[in-house]
Amino acid sequence: MTTASAIEFAAPPVRRQSLWRSLRGELKGSEYTWALAFVVPYVGVFLAFVVYPAVYGLWLGSEPSLYPEIFSDPIYQSTVVNTLLFIGIGVNLKMFIALLLSGFFMRPGWWVKVLLMIFILPWAVPALPSFISIHWMLNGEWGLLNNLLYAMFNIDGPSWLNERWTALGSVIVSHIWKWTPFWTVILLAGRMAIPTEINDAAKVDGATGVRSFIYVSFPLLANLYLICTLLSTIFTLGDFNEVYFITGGGPANSTHVLATLGVRNAFDLAQPRLGVAAVMSALPLMIPLVIILMRKLKTSEVQL
Amino acid sequence: MSTITVDAALPSTAARPGERMRRVARRRRYLINVGAAVLSAVMLVWTILPLYNIVMVSLQPHGDVFTDQVFPHNPTLDGFWVVITQGYWYLEYFWHQFGNSLYVGAAVTLLTLLIGSLASFSITRMRVRNGWLVSNAALMTYVIPQSFLAIPFYRIMQNYGLANNLWSVIAAMVTFATPYSIFIFSQYGRGIPLELDESARIDGASPLQIYFKIYLPLMAPALVAIGTYALLLAWNEYLYQFLLLSNKRSMTVPVALAQFLNSDEAPWNLMMATAIVYAILPITIYYVVRRRMTAGLTMGGVKG
Repeated sequence: MTTASAIEFAAPPVRRQSLWRSLRGELKGSEYTWALAFVVPYVGVFLAFVVYPAVYGLWLGSEPSLYPEIFSDPIYQSTVVNTLLFIGIGVNLKMFIALLLSGFFMRPGWWVKVLLMIFILPWAVPALPSFISIHWMLNGEWGLLNNLLYAMFNIDGPSWLNERWTALGSVIVSHIWKWTPFWTVILLAGRMAIPTEINDAAKVDGATGVRSFIYVSFPLLANLYLICTLLSTIFTLGDFNEVYFITGGGPANSTHVLATLGVRNAFDLAQPRLGVAAVMSALPLMIPLVIILMRKLKTSEVQL
Repeated sequence: MSTITVDAALPSTAARPGERMRRVARRRRYLINVGAAVLSAVMLVWTILPLYNIVMVSLQPHGDVFTDQVFPHNPTLDGFWVVITQGYWYLEYFWHQFGNSLYVGAAVTLLTLLIGSLASFSITRMRVRNGWLVSNAALMTYVIPQSFLAIPFYRIMQNYGLANNLWSVIAAMVTFATPYSIFIFSQYGRGIPLELDESARIDGASPLQIYFKIYLPLMAPALVAIGTYALLLAWNEYLYQFLLLSNKRSMTVPVALAQFLNSDEAPWNLMMATAIVYAILPITIYYVVRRRMTAGLTMGGVKG
């Protein structure tokens, strides 16, 4: 009897201890304190500079009347088309070129390595000067591009930035210029991580050139390619500098993307709520992307 | 002597069909090489053109910018001299602003490394309970486009009383650099056996000692890669610096650069000279740590 009651009395502290253990993991008391102290700085940054602005932004954009107002704005409508074109064409073309070029850079030879070092320059040079330079290069009257066209082929080039579609095309091409090197390097590393035995075995079985790419390299790279494309889509969605410095949203606000339109509404027009609403209208596209991407990143973490 | 032996060897070793196949293969290889050379030339021109434009404009004398030339007629380094001596009213605080950029870059680098490595040490090495929540939060921050948080971030910085303060920019950049650092540190840390920490623990080392004496030294390559990443992120960023810093003395160089665009006088040569001075640091750093950087960055790109 006494032993039984002793056990009964002893039970709660044991349970409490296990609860305490489940909270702090397998760490001893002081170690747990240390572990907490180590994450606290990041948690602080996250709460103060991610959660607070995000919630504040949601609150700013939570007024339902904002959305009919912004959807009926013709500038917003063309902005959505621009954003979709920018992402759809820009990102996919860039990733495909990067995939092909990464194969090119696998070639042996010193000059391929030298070329790679030069090729990487657009990525290493700060974005701002490059985009301003491209802006001038495309000037119809005294830009370098039209001067070159005239000197080499005797053609008078158009005023690239004075018409919506050539301006948008220029932005997309500049995006490809700036970001292809980075993704090429990433995909190149992916190709180098493929064991050479696999390619050798494929070669013995008679797969060369295009066929070796389709049946051997690409399936092995597919997951990486997908992750890179998703990441790049999200980064490009938020890209402000390209459009802002190359076209400035012009001519006549016809080449804005959501990121620049948001800033224009918020600061040039001093209507932060409209700016936030413009940005938030991208959420239906962004949230599924973020979810897929987070899953992909987590599962491939396990693969490592 | 040698020619004779080759002549003698030809008919005996190479059977006729084999010889033909080899000739076809040789022609094919030749064609591939020509194709590669053409591709390289195209890529070279493509990569260099906008950068050449920067250099060309910077070398022109003041009035020559709006001419239809492909090569500068009277190249001069005067533009650079004006920049270095702050000899133009847009550039009166150039070195001060350059110092601001350096200050922001250094602070962002150090804070990112510190906060990121502490958090990933706690999550992956000490395995603090619910650490996965923190790494998920970090991953989510990584995949949110920066510019989408800009509007609420700006207003919050006003609330914190940090407008026109370099620390507002530092806070923003640290916020966006740490998630990636946590991600990469966690990935890289997997290669370091946990038994090292265990044995140090048994020998009586405190978590702080393990962090400093075991974790950090073994993480050195990842630290270099992420440090470079954070520095370049801060150095290349424009939007936040533009929104948060409007005072001439608190500005960083990119903001000051973009101010040239508002001027009617258009001293483009000075602007491009400024841009080159500004771009020297990231390019140098990039080429110095290139190997380590791509190794560290692709770790995240390839394997996750």
